Amino acid sequence: MGELRAVTYKITQHAGYSVVHLKGDVDLSTSPIARKLILECIEAKHSVLVDLSEVAYIDSSGVASLVEGYQLAKTNGVEFGLVNVSQAALDVLQLARLDTVFPIHASLDDLSKVMR
Amino acid sequence: MTTTKKISSEPVIEVQDLVAHYGSREVLHGINLSIHDGEIMVIMGGSGSGKSTVLRHMLGLNTPSSGAVKLLGQDITRITSKEIDILRRNIGVSFQGGALFNSMTVGENIILPLREHTQLDEKTMQIMCRMKLELVSLAGFEDLMPAQLSGGMVKRAALARAIIMDPKLLFFDEPSAGLDPVVSAELDELILRIRQAMKTTIVVVTHELDSTFRIADRITVLDEGNVLMVGTVDEVRNSKNKRIMDLLGRRVREIKIDAEEYLNRLTGEQVRETG
Repeated sequence: MGELRAVTYKITQHAGYSVVHLKGDVDLSTSPIARKLILECIEAKHSVLVDLSEVAYIDSSGVASLVEGYQLAKTNGVEFGLVNVSQAALDVLQLARLDTVFPIHASLDDLSKVMR
Repeated sequence: MTTTKKISSEPVIEVQDLVAHYGSREVLHGINLSIHDGEIMVIMGGSGSGKSTVLRHMLGLNTPSSGAVKLLGQDITRITSKEIDILRRNIGVSFQGGALFNSMTVGENIILPLREHTQLDEKTMQIMCRMKLELVSLAGFEDLMPAQLSGGMVKRAALARAIIMDPKLLFFDEPSAGLDPVVSAELDELILRIRQAMKTTIVVVTHELDSTFRIADRITVLDEGNVLMVGTVDEVRNSKNKRIMDLLGRRVREIKIDAEEYLNRLTGEQVRETG
C-alpha cells in the first residue's frame, strides 16, 4: 500500500475494474497523487472504481480529481464509478450536487446495485 | 430545513479581553468570545456596536490595544507575518463589498488563492472554480468581469472565492446586505450546507435578524463595544435584557442625556469635573 502525507492508497482488480482504494484525508496536499493514480488507470484504458469507504475527508480538489477522472473515462470509452462512499465524502458530493452525476455503487460485492 | 448542531467542545476561535481604539476613542471594552469547531456564530448588533471592528481584529486586519485573538490555537496578535500567511490558508473571508479585483475575470478572482497557495494542476483548479460557481448559482459566469455583475452576484462571487480552498474558518461580513429576500434565504441555506458538508466553523457579522435566526447555533449580541449576551437563538429571543429586546423589536433605543455633557460636546468644551 502506498502512502501519502495524510492518505494511503492501494489499487486492486475486481470484476474487470481497477479499484483505487483511498484511505484518510484527500485534500489540497494529497489530491494530486490521488488524481495521478486515477488518471493513469484510465489512460491505460482500464475501467475504474474509486473506493471511498475509508475516506475521512475529501475537499474540493479531491472531488475535482474525481470529476476529471469521470470526464477522461467517458473520452476513453471506459467505465468510471465510486463505490462504498463514506458519509463524509457523500456530504461533500451532495453539496456539489455530484451525487446525481457519478455512478455510485453500494459495494464491490454488488456492482449491479447502483445507488444512483 | 435540517441543520446539524452537533458542536465540538474544542474552541477554534478565542477572543480574550479584546480592547480596541480608533484614535483616542475606545471602541471595544474587553470583548471575550469563544467559538467552537463546526459552530455557526452570528455576531449581531446595531450600527456602531463594534461588530465589524471585532471581525477586523479576528482577521488580523486591526491591531488591538490589548487582549488576544486566537485562531486555530495561534494568537494572531503575536505571530509573525509568515505564520499569519500560513494560517490564512485555512481562513476564508467574504467581505461585504465583495472585494473582487476589477481587472480580473470572475474566474481568475476565484482561482487566485489556489494559484497563490497550491501547486494544483490547472485543470483541477478550473474544475474547482466551476464547482464553486455552481454552488453559488453563478455557473457560466467565470469569464465575466466583476463590473458586469449585479451587487448580489458580486457577493456570491466573493463567497465562491472565500470557499475555494475549503477553509476551516469562514467569515462573512453582512452577507445578506443588499440582497433580495429570496437570494438572502438561499445564501443562508448555502451557509448551512457548507457547514454540514465541510464541517466549517463559520462567523457571520450581521444586523439581519431573519438571517441570524435561520443560521445561528449561537448569537453574540454586541452593544457599544461590549458583549451584551452570548446565547442560542431561543435564549436571545427570550432575553429580558431591555437593549436586546430593543434590537429584536427594532425599537429606537432610549438615549439618556446628561445635559451638561451634551452641551459641552456641542460647544467643544471639556467636561468639567464635578464634586
